[in-house]
Amino acid sequence: MEKEQSFYQELKAKGYTRRQFLKFCGIMGAMLGLQQTGLAQVVNALQSKPRKPVLWFHFQECTCCSESFLRSSHPLVGQILLEMISLDYSDTLMAASGFQAEEVRYRSMKENWGKYIMVVEGSVPLGNPGYCTIAGHSAKQIFDEAAQGASAIIAWGNCASSGCVQSAYPNPTDTKPVHKIISGKPVINVQGCPPIADVMAGVITYILTFDRLPELDAMGRPVAFYGRRIHDTCYRRPAYDAGLFVEAFDDENAKKGYCLYKMGCKGPNTFNSCAVMKWNEGVSYPIQSGHGCIGCAEPGFWDAEPLYHHLPHVRGFGIEATADQIGLGLTAVAATGVAAHAVVTNIQKRKLIKNQMDGDELNQESFAAEEQHIEQEEKALAQKARELENEKRTDKTIES
Amino acid sequence: MISRKKSLREVYVWELPVRIFHWANATAIVVLCVTGYIIGNPPAILISTPPDANYWFGWIRFIHFAAAFVFILNFLVRLYWAFAGNSFAHWSNYLPLTKRQWRGIFDTTKVDVLLLSPKPVYDIGHNSLAAFTYFGVFILFIVQTLTGMAMYCVSTNNFMEPFFTWLLFECGGFFVVRQIHHIAMWAFILFTIAHIYLVFYHDYIERNGIASSIIGGWKFVREDLAEEYETEQKQQQQIQKQKDEISNRAKEK
Repeated sequence: MEKEQSFYQELKAKGYTRRQFLKFCGIMGAMLGLQQTGLAQVVNALQSKPRKPVLWFHFQECTCCSESFLRSSHPLVGQILLEMISLDYSDTLMAASGFQAEEVRYRSMKENWGKYIMVVEGSVPLGNPGYCTIAGHSAKQIFDEAAQGASAIIAWGNCASSGCVQSAYPNPTDTKPVHKIISGKPVINVQGCPPIADVMAGVITYILTFDRLPELDAMGRPVAFYGRRIHDTCYRRPAYDAGLFVEAFDDENAKKGYCLYKMGCKGPNTFNSCAVMKWNEGVSYPIQSGHGCIGCAEPGFWDAEPLYHHLPHVRGFGIEATADQIGLGLTAVAATGVAAHAVVTNIQKRKLIKNQMDGDELNQESFAAEEQHIEQEEKALAQKARELENEKRTDKTIES
Repeated sequence: MISRKKSLREVYVWELPVRIFHWANATAIVVLCVTGYIIGNPPAILISTPPDANYWFGWIRFIHFAAAFVFILNFLVRLYWAFAGNSFAHWSNYLPLTKRQWRGIFDTTKVDVLLLSPKPVYDIGHNSLAAFTYFGVFILFIVQTLTGMAMYCVSTNNFMEPFFTWLLFECGGFFVVRQIHHIAMWAFILFTIAHIYLVFYHDYIERNGIASSIIGGWKFVREDLAEEYETEQKQQQQIQKQKDEISNRAKEK
């Protein structure tokens, strides 16, 4: 019976006031970018609809998504989120363990088959199942079983959304993100390592209110939170446009809070709402704290190393090199090649260059005769010039 | 007087739109490479004024985007001219679909790249190898345009934004697209080196006025080659006429 209770009823039982509840609804509505009418829908949904059953799975991950989730900014959010949903199974948070825990999972799956939301934290290894096995079942088995009965799958964080550090080169466990091992189920990628807690709360509120997934982009991320680049919302953007960059972490420009672009900030590459919502009760976000963004909400960000360079190294050249170094090297090779080609051309094609090729319409004899003729004419002209000058001189002496 | 090749004809090879395309393209590429490199590795300019008093990096980016639009529109005009222009500008030059073009590619590689034979290969328009290389360069144009627009459109509201944002995400996001865009810039630089050298080379060896032909449009061509080309063109026109007549008759019936 308890499961049928709405979120509001649950809160009332816990001693929260209606005012606090409405405040929370307001915050969520604002974050989702809803209109005022939409806000009423949120309130309505949260106080009348029964809570959604949620099964929360942990595979290859570090639980930082859960940590982030539990440290939501609004005092209500952290607690509330866990109340808002009927969290039937979460192997790190639940009191039960071992056989009991597994039994709860199976019971909930059976009772809510086709209705529950499956929440996945972490990626699923397809290689040796020993890399991630829970209660004697491999991660893949557990995932497949639970995914079949889920109404939707929420992939929390970069691990579940794009593999994060486990899938970085050379991906030893052959791990795959959720959307690559399932088809036919709606998957929502809540990116980040970890995602911002308020974003996680927003996504759940949206699903609860409207009974559908929020609008997703081509990478399966909710547009409301991942629609803009950090770079385009960053408060240091004016420094970027003014060409004022931090050159070293301890220089004058760093103290002035200039743009971290040249320190390898991945803000221009990353879609997330860090610069808008910020972290830890809106205190700060990486760039505000003086360190560049590492792009943790983008697929393959670990492979775009090094963290402190704007462009990643290019693999497959033995020594790790940036595109610029390779480009410069190839340019040098091309310039040398061109110079060598020019030298060889002059040797190989000397006959062509010196008009000694067969088939050229060139008469050697007439050419020689003409040259001689020119020479004679030149001599005659020189002779004439000398004579004329002599005449001038004699004229002048006569006049004087 | 030293002279060679008694009978040469002046042939109008590069029409005005082709020449305008060439120079607009060359200018745009130089501007794009320079500004693009600066955007990738901005120089350390120490300015004592606050950010609101400066905008030089913004201007560099503006020039890059403006030059990009010139580059793209210019290329679109050239694509149109590949159908509307003369036979030397025609699209079929750039795709080696005939045996003769493959033969030309082979010969040019032998004579001009590997320098295995001193006797030049004479062509009136592009030689087959150069034309095929330009086809590769056109692909490079398209890659550079798509990756560039994908990065540019994300922060705009223009009508192409949904398509290019989709493309950006399909390619794997900014990390991948930025890297492709940067590497392709170096491909442009390598092409430019080879292209300019080969103009010097051909002008030096073949003395057909190839360097000045892209300014005035005229080339010096050996008379026998020009005549051969003309008769060939005439033959083709006749064949086309006959074909048209046959099809017309068939329609009438």
